[in-house]
Amino acid sequence: MTETEYQHPLMKAYWAQLDTRFKQVENVFEDVMAEALAVLSREELPHYLEAARLLGKLGRGVEPMLVFLEEWPGVVSALGKEATLPDVMAFVMKMQKSPNGKAIAPFIQTLAPVARRLHTREQLQHYLQIAADLMARTTGSIHGHHTTFPSPGLPLFFEQAPRLLDQLSLAGVKNWVEYGIRNYPNHPERQEEYFALKSADSRAVMQRERHGVLFVDVERKLDLYLRGLWADAEQLVPYSTAFDEIRKPIPYYDKLGMRIPDVYDDFTPAPTRTPGVISGLDRYRATLAHMVGHRRWTTAQIADNWSPFQRMAVEFFEDCRVETLLCRDYPGLRRIFLALHPQPVEGACDPETTSCLRHRLAMLSRALLDPEHGYRDALLNEFVGRFHAALADGPASSPAMAELALSYVARSRRPSDQFAKVWFDDTVIDYRDDNRHMWQFIEDSDDEDFFDDPDKSKKKEAEVQALPPRHYPEWDYHSQTYRPDWVSLYEHLHPKGRGSDIDRLLQKHDALAKRLKRILDLLKPQDKVRIRYQEEGSELDLDVAIRSLIDFKGGATPDPRINMNHRTSGRNIAVSLLLDLSESLNEKVAGSEQTILELSQEAVTLLAWAVERLGDPFAIAGFHSNTRHDVRFMHIKGYGEGFSDDVKSRLAAMEAGWSTRMGAALRHAAHYLKARPADKKLLLVLTDGQPADVDTQDERLLIEDTRRAVRELDEQGIFTYCINLDPKADEYVSDIFGRQYTVIDNIQRLPEKLPELFLALTK
Amino acid sequence: MNIDKDQYKVRKEPYYQAQGNEVALFEAAYRNRLPVMVKGPTGCGKSRFVEHMAWKLGKPLITVACNEDMTASDLVGRYLLEANGTRWLDGPLTTAARIGAICYLDEIVEARQDTTVVIHPLTDHRRTLPLDKKGELIEAHPDFQLVISYNPGYQSLLKDLKQSTKQRFTAFDFDYPDAALETTILARETGLDEALAGKLVKIGQTARNLKGHGLDEGISTRLLVYAATLIKDGVNPVEACQMSLVRPITDDADIRETLDHAIDTTFA
Repeated sequence: MTETEYQHPLMKAYWAQLDTRFKQVENVFEDVMAEALAVLSREELPHYLEAARLLGKLGRGVEPMLVFLEEWPGVVSALGKEATLPDVMAFVMKMQKSPNGKAIAPFIQTLAPVARRLHTREQLQHYLQIAADLMARTTGSIHGHHTTFPSPGLPLFFEQAPRLLDQLSLAGVKNWVEYGIRNYPNHPERQEEYFALKSADSRAVMQRERHGVLFVDVERKLDLYLRGLWADAEQLVPYSTAFDEIRKPIPYYDKLGMRIPDVYDDFTPAPTRTPGVISGLDRYRATLAHMVGHRRWTTAQIADNWSPFQRMAVEFFEDCRVETLLCRDYPGLRRIFLALHPQPVEGACDPETTSCLRHRLAMLSRALLDPEHGYRDALLNEFVGRFHAALADGPASSPAMAELALSYVARSRRPSDQFAKVWFDDTVIDYRDDNRHMWQFIEDSDDEDFFDDPDKSKKKEAEVQALPPRHYPEWDYHSQTYRPDWVSLYEHLHPKGRGSDIDRLLQKHDALAKRLKRILDLLKPQDKVRIRYQEEGSELDLDVAIRSLIDFKGGATPDPRINMNHRTSGRNIAVSLLLDLSESLNEKVAGSEQTILELSQEAVTLLAWAVERLGDPFAIAGFHSNTRHDVRFMHIKGYGEGFSDDVKSRLAAMEAGWSTRMGAALRHAAHYLKARPADKKLLLVLTDGQPADVDTQDERLLIEDTRRAVRELDEQGIFTYCINLDPKADEYVSDIFGRQYTVIDNIQRLPEKLPELFLALTK
Repeated sequence: MNIDKDQYKVRKEPYYQAQGNEVALFEAAYRNRLPVMVKGPTGCGKSRFVEHMAWKLGKPLITVACNEDMTASDLVGRYLLEANGTRWLDGPLTTAARIGAICYLDEIVEARQDTTVVIHPLTDHRRTLPLDKKGELIEAHPDFQLVISYNPGYQSLLKDLKQSTKQRFTAFDFDYPDAALETTILARETGLDEALAGKLVKIGQTARNLKGHGLDEGISTRLLVYAATLIKDGVNPVEACQMSLVRPITDDADIRETLDHAIDTTFA
């Protein structure tokens, strides 16, 4: 029994109620109670102690209890008077009954920061629901063992929860959790990586779910903005703001482009300031405009002889100069700049105790931009006047600003500027870049990193041999969302073989070719078509004219449609043929010595020959895949190429292997087809089976993804048509392609069927 | 055949602000009756220039707006049916050749290439126009001159002039005037004050910067004139610009938003 004797009778009662013998609790009890008493009411206190007592009796050591005692007052102060304790305790009990007892401590540990981000009891309940769902679905079923395994992701999720809620809305968190549960139910290590925010997927999904204006969504607009308004075509490179908690990166630009954050939330100015929310897009624009200003008007200054304070002052003056010049071009920018610019309160910083340099400069900066700043400081107003005088006729210059800044620093200097305690409130102007371009150091200083590996650029060049992969999303039908950048697709030219083989194939099908030729001649665009019986036309149609005249002279009403016109009718179809080159093509066709691959080769040869005669732009490509990390897309014939020896030799070298991840291949083929100027675009897919890959156990997944891809293509105006050689295809092919498919049962007839089918489709 | 020449005369001086020496050069070409081609983006003042020159030279002007469905007989002429048989009706090109007018074929590439071939005999030393359906060979009037315009920028590859057509013309290359000149033009044409006109020109240049990045053509001087006219009429400048500068040229939401932003910030 503890022998501590609390002086205060109340304290004694509390301690008795807690009913614990943990030494660690005893050590902090008084402090904790002091805090609790400040936050909790008399009525709540017993519940608090009771809950703590319960946690102490769980048999999980001192930690849950200790953490609860320390954290709960924080939760209550964040959520106010609402009774959340029962919900939380119910959830704790649920964890206790499941194998997840270890997650109780992390749960309580982050509850206070989580509560601070959630604001209401209702939202906290949602949060608990998400956690409960995660727990229920990831507990126990690992490798089919008995359900004694705890959820690997749950404690990690609790650890990450405050950070997630910082960046995502609750709905976003829910989606993020959902994604992790669904994709890593059977891989404890992967699941852990995911919920610890360590895997690439997990970060990508988080990025997708973030609130605010994402760079990827407005990239084109910003590009147009730069080009249109500022005639600047610099590359825009986003940097991530999600994972750098301590040191928030600042926009900057260098040789490689303008670096801007990957997301901007809408900015709501403090109520005392200019009203109106500044949208994330406008914040991006302000950031870009500011950088453009520097690029136009700022010249680099030699900084060696200036102190950091002086440099800071020069930067502030120069920033204001370029913004003033920008506003001359587009006066409306001033509203955005002013809304984003902090409005430091005059006299808020006490120069006796704090370094007020930043505060002074921020005030000055405000005053330089805002004619209605209302500051009364004489020195400040004098320099505002001098600044405007310098800019009155012409854009002034960076050295002129430097001079002004140095003189300001000299006159406003105070001993307290050197204090370690620096005033930061209302002095951060976050749309401005870090001004690294402004400084030129003659000697290498030690406050910057100046290492440059001269070999680095060379090494990079050597690596880039093949084209970099293209990433495509994949549709997940469970959640009805895309998995971002899920598939890596590598494209290259198909290797070459002997082109003469293809010529031999053509000879073999000579009879068929002749028959096709007759159909082709019928299909060939007839350049001029005569349209008769026109009232207005280019020429008199003599037959009709004479008939009309006879009618007229005979007293009958003549037909006035005596002219004729010519119309040119042309075909304008671009066709892409996508070949499934998966392993199954190596099987022999029943009742024949040939493999499906050989027959496909013959069919494609004939089709290529036929289309060549028609003159439609036509591309051929093959694909196969080895997991989502390696989908190969091989170009056999491009739209611009004729049916030349090069193409024939590529066709001759066709080989089959690996699996069929069709969705990505379709999207990639569409990427090229989309760019064609034709009126009608046709994508033919020749396949012998359903989409499948070795890394996907769920059969439906790739089928649903392909179906989704077909729908996307349809939206882009591309007509997709599948020629399926799998006799059992009926089970899935209509799910994917709707009614746009043919199943060819008798594969031996493929060489004649394929061109006929094509001709029928494009007639 | 009696054709009223006067109906084709340009009576009032059309306002034209020269960008360079083009007026004198055109006069020289006319003195020698050389065919002229005027190139340039849409709405930069090609037609206005031709009109102005016709007025200056005091010659009738016959303008034909070319289109895809236009045939040779739309230029040359055709037979019409009448009570007593057929009657020949001259086309605009034939009329011009007979009365000695300047024949201006606007946007010639819009017409099919085989159609434009009919102008060939008129453009070289022969200066004749054979009417094969009628069996007549017209000698062009000494005052006759052929002028064509075309916009090399926005049409597709298919719509280009044949080399054999191109090489029959002397050519002017027009572009949108520079900012100062364009401001003057807007002010002169509509009576808008220079400051406001300058802002319009600025917006126009914003859009011209986007050419090739989602816009086929920038905002033309003609559209700027429309905007200036609306503003002069008392329309709010922002709305006038949206209506006459942005909405007509693009359906692309991103571009629209960018241009709207430019307008908002310019007129703030």
